[in-house]
Amino acid sequence: MSISRKDVHYIAKLARVSLTETEEARLEKDLAEILDYVAKLNQVDTSNIEPTTHVLSLENIFRTDENRPSLQPAEVLRIAPKKSDGFVVVPLVIEGKGDA
Amino acid sequence: MPRTATTATELLNRYRSGALSPRDGVGHFLRRQEAVDGKVSAFLDTCREGIETQLKGLESMDKSVPLWGVPVAVKDNIVVRGRKTRCASKILEGFESPYDATVVRKLRQAGAILCGTTNMDEFAFGSSTENSAFQKTANPWDLTRVPGGSSGGSAAAVAAGEIPLALGSDTGGSIRQPASFCGVVGLKPTYGRVSRYGLVAFASSLDQIGPLALTVRDAALLLGVIAGWDPMDSTSADMPVPDYVKTLEGGVQGLRIGIPQEYFGEGLDAGVRENVELAIDTLRSLGAQCDPVSMPHTQYAISVYYIVATAEASSNLARFDGVQYGLRSSSENLLDMYCRTRDEGFGMEVKRRVLLGTYVLSSGYYDAYYLKALRVRSLIKRDFDEAFKRVDVLATPTSPTVSFRLGEKIQDPLTMYLSDIYTISTNLAGVPAISIPCAAGDPSLPVGLQLLAKPFDEATLFRVAHAYETKVGGPFLPDL
Repeated sequence: MSISRKDVHYIAKLARVSLTETEEARLEKDLAEILDYVAKLNQVDTSNIEPTTHVLSLENIFRTDENRPSLQPAEVLRIAPKKSDGFVVVPLVIEGKGDA
Repeated sequence: MPRTATTATELLNRYRSGALSPRDGVGHFLRRQEAVDGKVSAFLDTCREGIETQLKGLESMDKSVPLWGVPVAVKDNIVVRGRKTRCASKILEGFESPYDATVVRKLRQAGAILCGTTNMDEFAFGSSTENSAFQKTANPWDLTRVPGGSSGGSAAAVAAGEIPLALGSDTGGSIRQPASFCGVVGLKPTYGRVSRYGLVAFASSLDQIGPLALTVRDAALLLGVIAGWDPMDSTSADMPVPDYVKTLEGGVQGLRIGIPQEYFGEGLDAGVRENVELAIDTLRSLGAQCDPVSMPHTQYAISVYYIVATAEASSNLARFDGVQYGLRSSSENLLDMYCRTRDEGFGMEVKRRVLLGTYVLSSGYYDAYYLKALRVRSLIKRDFDEAFKRVDVLATPTSPTVSFRLGEKIQDPLTMYLSDIYTISTNLAGVPAISIPCAAGDPSLPVGLQLLAKPFDEATLFRVAHAYETKVGGPFLPDL
């Protein structure tokens, strides 16, 4: 299973990273090499083996639904790249009326 | 000029006898930073302006707290309230943490003086610290070589005598491999032993914070401070934390040590093999029973790791989008803002891993790559379960080679990945492991001995490592 330039372009879009032509070419080569290497997993018979997502045998952990101290909005907004009136400001999401 | 090491334990003894004040003790390390960090470049931020307040705070503290007045540095992916945390990435430009990581809170309560953040591979993606967006760190033993990675800044700072204790994080060897390259002690705790709250997530099922120090005793002291259950991390384990320093002296008489044959095969540098085998002989001479064991799935660890770790990373790094904090590239619309911010903010290795992780999770490839890797992960874990039915500890090399040259592997990602071959299985299985310096026959560059134990049995690791260290002497220090 090798990877094409088209695949790289597509997953870059999924991952929300814009890439230059040079970067796409480089990543096509690198990813193909890495995918070739990891293909050795196909040598292993895993037909009766359960997947391990996590090594600790933890159950879901619940807490009571009550207010607890948390970060102050002003402190958190202080580091936002753009803010106004207690909110984070982002560019226009949906085309239409209103200011970006 | 040869120098003498000042360990955290020695500092504490001198503070407690009144021979030295914390102000003078901390001052000693700050002067050392000023003298050598121009060459080593271990620190990203020396946090000078916060030190006075912390020293004043000691006056109202009980002097018997475990790290009273001891300087500690943290890797740049552990958040400290009011300070920059950048994970050595441009994408976190302007970020100042509004809170302390749990380990930082515990350090403060223990009386530690936070003296700086250390360089790393961007988002901990790398094995040489060369992927930092800001600077290259040099190995104090040979300034033309890498300190290892990704916690290379922490390991180099300890080895160079710039700080007695440092925290790193280890997802596939990022504490142990730099400890090995820099000739210091580094421990990756059992998954769940230390809270990850405030550690910028790379691969959430693998990441652990752990100590780097000059001696086993110092590493044990620091783990005792940072370990324990934390309601802020639902994957931290609710288990008692033993007094690791108290049980250091137990020795290795009668202990069963397994030598996994798969860790001594092709690709292992002859000099590293020789030193590690000598170290195992030393453990045998101290009364341990050393026998070969087999861990047949070791050869698949790197493949499993680079699927599981990148899959988790691609998800974790989705949060860096320019919206709430960090870098934001100017743009007309939101989608374009995400894409440009991530293009400008992420370095090449981050893009490579985010894309690989996205690919193995994407529709049509999930079963073939991600699910397959999770199944093989079960087999790797089973190898450990089986081995630990027969032995108490495993002994291996930490890395197949000594430190390599700056620039040597950076253009070849797969070769760089392969240098993690002996440290990666540990994280996949969740077990604890320590790297300690071998008493090298050829002392020009350090070699690490790795010891692994059952989950939550760090005490045994420290005990074996301390027995070895006591026998061979040390710490071993570079002339710098």
